[in-house]
Order: sequence, then C-alpha cells, then structure tokens
Amino acid sequence: MKRFAIVLGLAVMLPLAAAAECASVSAGDLTVTGAWSRATIGTARPAVFYVEIRNDGETGDRLTGIDTPVAAMPMLHRTVVKDGVASMPHAEAIDIPAGETVSLAPGGYHGMLMELTAPLAEGETFPVVLRFERAGSVEIDAPVLSIRAQGAECDAAG
Amino acid sequence: MRRRGLILGAAGLAGAFGFMMGLGAWRGGDPPPPRGGEGARDGERMDLSRMAWELTDDHGTRVAPRDWLGQASMVFFGFTWCPDVCPTTLMDISGWLDDLGPDADRIRVSLITVDPKRDSPQVLGEYLSNFDPRIRGLTGSPEDIAKAAAGFAVKYERVPRDDGDYTMNHTSGVYVFRPSGALSSIIDFHEDRQFAVPKIRRAIE
Ligand SMILES: [Cu+2]
Repeated sequence: MKRFAIVLGLAVMLPLAAAAECASVSAGDLTVTGAWSRATIGTARPAVFYVEIRNDGETGDRLTGIDTPVAAMPMLHRTVVKDGVASMPHAEAIDIPAGETVSLAPGGYHGMLMELTAPLAEGETFPVVLRFERAGSVEIDAPVLSIRAQGAECDAAG
Repeated sequence: MRRRGLILGAAGLAGAFGFMMGLGAWRGGDPPPPRGGEGARDGERMDLSRMAWELTDDHGTRVAPRDWLGQASMVFFGFTWCPDVCPTTLMDISGWLDDLGPDADRIRVSLITVDPKRDSPQVLGEYLSNFDPRIRGLTGSPEDIAKAAAGFAVKYERVPRDDGDYTMNHTSGVYVFRPSGALSSIIDFHEDRQFAVPKIRRAIE
C-alpha cells in the first residue's frame, strides 16, 4: 500500500524532478543522513563532505574523524569567521549532544577531502566512514552534486 | 612550530590598522561607516575613486578602480582552492542577483583572488564558468593583490598544511559600492539574504 502511494507520488512529481528520500544509516542512537558533496574540477582542489547526524539517545557522542577512498587526507574542519576573516581550522572532534541534530553544512563544519585520488564527478557517489567515539564506525554513500549545490538534494528521512 | 606569514603589503599595514579600528567601533551597536584602506583618509569612507590598484580579469582585460565608477559594484576576496566559503559566497551572490531581477544589470560583481600563485586569469575563468556568468575574477602579481587588498582594507594569510600544500584565510565580507565609488555597505558572510538584497538596492539607487 505504501509502495503504491510512493509510485503514484513519483508519477505526479516526475516533471518537477522529484527528490528521493535521503539515504540514512543508523548505529546505536545515531542516525546519519543527508550526505552530499560537490563536484570538483580535477584533483588538485580539496573537496567537501556534508552530512547530518541525529542523536536520539540520552548520551552525547562525538564525531572524531572521517575516512574515504576518494581522498588521501580527509579531515574535519570548521569554517569560522572572526573579525570578518574566514578560516577553517581542523576540528579535533564534533560533539553530537543527546537529543540533538548536528549538521556539517556550508559555512560551518565540513569534511575537508584533501589529496583527492580521482575527480568527483556530478552524479557519482562515494563512501565515507564516520568514526564516532561511542557508536563506532558508520558508513554512508555521499552523492556528488553540482559544484553549485548548497544542500542535499533529497528529502529528509522521517 | 607552524609559521603563519601574515601577507600584507607595506601600504596594507596602515589599511589593516584602519580596518581593525573600524571593527572595534562596530561592536557597539549601530554600524558606523566602515573605514580604512588606502581608499580612505581619516574619518572618511572607503572610496574606489581613491584606490590605485590595477588587476587583470579572467578575460585578460586590465581593470582599475576608475573603470568601476559610474555603476554600482560588488567585490569580494577569495580563491578557487577554497571548498566551503567561496562556493557558498558565489552561490549567495547568484541568489542576490536573481532576486534583484533586471536591476542586477546595474551592478558589477568581482571576485579578487587572494591566491594569485594558483589563480591565473585562465584558472579563474575556468572555475567561474561554473557559476553566475556575471561574476568576473580578478588576479595579478602578489604585489598587485597586496595593493588591492590594502585598498579594501582586506586581510589575507597563507596557512601551510601538513602535507606541504596550503590554504588561505581571508576577509570574507562582500563590499558594495555606489556608482560614485563610495562604499555603501559590507555584507557579512553569515548575513541573511533578506538583509543583503536591500543593501545592494541601496547602492544601486
Ligand atoms: Cu576546510
């Protein structure tokens, strides 16, 4: 019944380029969803990784690092603007407080993918492993969106 | 110990000082007229007509501040190796231009690179071809860039990475000038679009 409703919805929405539901992976109390990245020109420039992490538990967790086969030097960064000057220092860890959702999003926390092993082409996906202090490792596929993208192009999972 | 060289032209020191003085004053409520840069004298607003830099755009055309007079202009500093702030600013600006509708034709938009070593006119052109075609990219020698940055009282800094590569810290605001060349406003990086577009309209009208 639910599938029928979805198919019907798709048929109606197709001309508007309907967005699919975001892929979502759970580990313990954490749900990781809305992963995305931007296409790159070649491999010389660093790429980014954005994602949303929800903690439905009663204990805080911490994202301590990321790994991906597409970059030899992936790192957590945070864009900060101080006295008008933007910088992006390395974030040792990102707190995921109990009951909250933390976003790695443009202008704030981001995965900085340095030393790309291949250019990221729009339409492709690549896996990223997020390392949490308590929940352990969580792997999610990140779709590569346009270089112009400003957010995930999927619907937030319920 | 990691060494961070603050890159500022000789003229830039005075500019940066003026800029910091301006920031000090901003913290207390209403923004006073932004000051600083060689385009400003004591107590005066920054003005394109008093700047003296010369750069090359991504079409290979030489550009000087006087070329921008007679039309409103919008300028920001960045670099194309910047994965987070710069694409976000470029897309913000595209959104503002879309919101302005036909009035967007009345404002010139330029990105001045803080990384001239990598951002040649060709590299800028290739990168910017992915964004709004109304945005031009300007570059020059490191001295040319230092001079331009001093004019806008913009700060930038090369930050070496552990792998031998480097990134750049830089002033991230968008400077909006009136057709007369006088600074109209600065749009901060995290500012809401609902405040940005009226600021741009004020400079155009
Ligand atoms: Cu970064």
